[in-house]
Amino acid sequence: MSGLEDFRRETRGWLEANCPPEMRRPMTSEGDTFWGGRNAKFSSEPQRVWFERMRDKGWTVPDWPREYGGGGLDAAEHKVLREEMAAMGARSPLSSFGIWMLGPALLKYGTEAQKKEHLPKIAAGLIRWCQGYSEPNAGSDLASLQTRADSDGDDYVINGQKIWTSYANYADWIFCLVRTDPAAKKHDGISFILFDMASKGVSTKPILLISGYSPFCETFFDNVRVPKSHVVGAVNRGWDVAKYLLQHERAMISGMGERGVGRPLGQVAADSVGADAQGRLEDSMLRSQISTFEIDEAALSAAAERAVDLAKAGQSHPAFSSAMKYYGTELNKRRHEILMSAGGADALEWESERSKGGARARAWLRTKANSIEGGTSEVMLGIVAKRILDLPGA
Amino acid sequence: MALVLTEEQTMLRDSARGLISDKAPVSHLRQLRDSQDAAGFSRDLWKAFAELGFSGLLVPEKFGGSGLGCVEAGVVMEEIGRTLMPSPFLSTAVLAASALSRGGSEAQKSAHLPKISDGSLLAAFAIDEGAKHRPLQIKLQAVRSGNGFRLNGAKAFVVDGHTAELLIVAARTGGAAGEREGLTLFLVDPRSKGIAIERTAMVDSHNAARIEFANAEVDADSVLGEVDQGAALLEGVLNIGRGAVASEMVGLSEEVFGRTVAYLKERKQFGKLIGEFQALQHRAAQLYIDIEITRAAVLKALQTLDRDFEHAESAVAVAKARAGSTATLAVQEGVQMHGGMGMTDQFDIGFFMKRARVCQELFGDTNYHADQLARMKSY
Repeated sequence: MSGLEDFRRETRGWLEANCPPEMRRPMTSEGDTFWGGRNAKFSSEPQRVWFERMRDKGWTVPDWPREYGGGGLDAAEHKVLREEMAAMGARSPLSSFGIWMLGPALLKYGTEAQKKEHLPKIAAGLIRWCQGYSEPNAGSDLASLQTRADSDGDDYVINGQKIWTSYANYADWIFCLVRTDPAAKKHDGISFILFDMASKGVSTKPILLISGYSPFCETFFDNVRVPKSHVVGAVNRGWDVAKYLLQHERAMISGMGERGVGRPLGQVAADSVGADAQGRLEDSMLRSQISTFEIDEAALSAAAERAVDLAKAGQSHPAFSSAMKYYGTELNKRRHEILMSAGGADALEWESERSKGGARARAWLRTKANSIEGGTSEVMLGIVAKRILDLPGA
Repeated sequence: MALVLTEEQTMLRDSARGLISDKAPVSHLRQLRDSQDAAGFSRDLWKAFAELGFSGLLVPEKFGGSGLGCVEAGVVMEEIGRTLMPSPFLSTAVLAASALSRGGSEAQKSAHLPKISDGSLLAAFAIDEGAKHRPLQIKLQAVRSGNGFRLNGAKAFVVDGHTAELLIVAARTGGAAGEREGLTLFLVDPRSKGIAIERTAMVDSHNAARIEFANAEVDADSVLGEVDQGAALLEGVLNIGRGAVASEMVGLSEEVFGRTVAYLKERKQFGKLIGEFQALQHRAAQLYIDIEITRAAVLKALQTLDRDFEHAESAVAVAKARAGSTATLAVQEGVQMHGGMGMTDQFDIGFFMKRARVCQELFGDTNYHADQLARMKSY
């Protein structure tokens, strides 16, 4: 215990000395997020400095083993680091699907060669990954995916189409679900494979969303050649890897609402709605919506903390991330509904400088995907009903 | 600190669960109700509680207790919530023990805490006066008189007020209703002249009373804490009580939910188990998620009370508010999914609905705590 207190003191000291003041302010735009990759650009000098210092300490991935570029922290130390970073408002130095999704799957299912090849590059932000899961006819029913990988000597030849591939147009590599046995039952013929997006035959096309942004792409594979050694886990057992990875994806998405730091909602609302002599919001219904929201947000954050501690104690249910994903995304949608209501007509401007190019409205629209991506809310409830509650026929 | 129970806390839970499920299943409450029991709880069971050390859980070791914390009190309250066992645990072992340990003089502690710990003294905490919990609105007057004070006014919704041998009464010695300044807590003997106690049978068949004070005299030694400066002590004890009631609601919610899910797996309609219908599956899943999140919020509040008492206010407000809305949802879904059976007195589920409504009101409902949270955050 005292060792942990020493660690906390050292960590706080190091963060104080090394986190630039600019990196302790809430993010205000997409450019504030650093994603790494072959074509990565820093949006500011403090962003570069912060990233490099954290990378050198292994703290882009604090709990990964040191041999793979991680910080080698145990769960208790990792929690201390998160708490200390949160206390000073320190930004995450590197955002990455490699960290949040692929890394945990590789650590569990990857060969030693795969881990050595890919994990250090993820930790150092050298390679940006995207996820090839959904297809035009495989959304909620993901296991019905049709992208084929046909055996040809030491390679697979991949043909098909993915959709909703986040940032595929910026990604260097893809982790992808493909059908390696068309004759097997739908869950049994799928493999999990990695390949370079620069491979011949890969093309991407951004999809324009209601927010006016294009965070997702259609991704096409036309006779893409991939060595068989790039399969993670056993051939035709990719669904196991996919499910494991989805748990991490869901944990990540459920955390999006909590990351919405910045000014307290009550103050944001007071700017446009006004407050009475006692400082209470003039719109009493909005005031109660905000406080009810904040109660639920605080409770979710306790639940997220507890989920980690339960996992550490070996008491967590593997499907619990579906519960968190459901609640976290519904809550984040509520936050943005409140922000739009608080902003009133000002929040409706779409292009003006004043509105930072309609930032609030666009962010509001973006959140509507939260309860669809990574498994819809309805799919999450179905998983809870079946796997946790053991209800019949679910 | 990890947001899970420690090994010792798990053992405490198992021992509480063993005793309560064995000696006080819901049928125990039903029997007390149907026989219009004069005490409204079992004195034998309270003795058994004392023997296991539960009554002295929050009493410092120096005064014969085990000096444990709010997490442990919450563990016992949660088990009480599972079977709705009527017990002086909340009023005596949680509220009175906390008020005395936190605010009492050495003489007051020595006089009362050992008796609370050994189960021989029952106490009650008299706060509310109106229909809703508004602690700063206290009007009951305590006016200096001779060497002591004279009390005039009325209290309502005093949990276990009719069986208490010691009352802790919040009164106004100064200031006006709504102000923090001028509140004082008193230790009052309920048999004193000028005190009239009316037992109020409540919807949940648990104990409560209305108490009138007409020129009831107390001496100066009966002041608990400092004159006019009782607000902080009062709020501190209320926060402990809120954490405890929130725990009771977690236990209650989980029990109702467990019974409801079991029913979904056995009741057939249209030739199918009703648990096969997606309309019910999704509602059951939502309720499960709601309960799990509330459980985390309540444990967070209890741990904060134990570790950082002065800053536990917002965590407690979150916990009590969430526990109230979760329990309300759980009992409503419980009755609805049990269909007509859920409406019958013969079926236990209605007892949970009644108790949840009472727990909501105790020490501030969800709306009260949502409002408090907004005040804490200045909007």
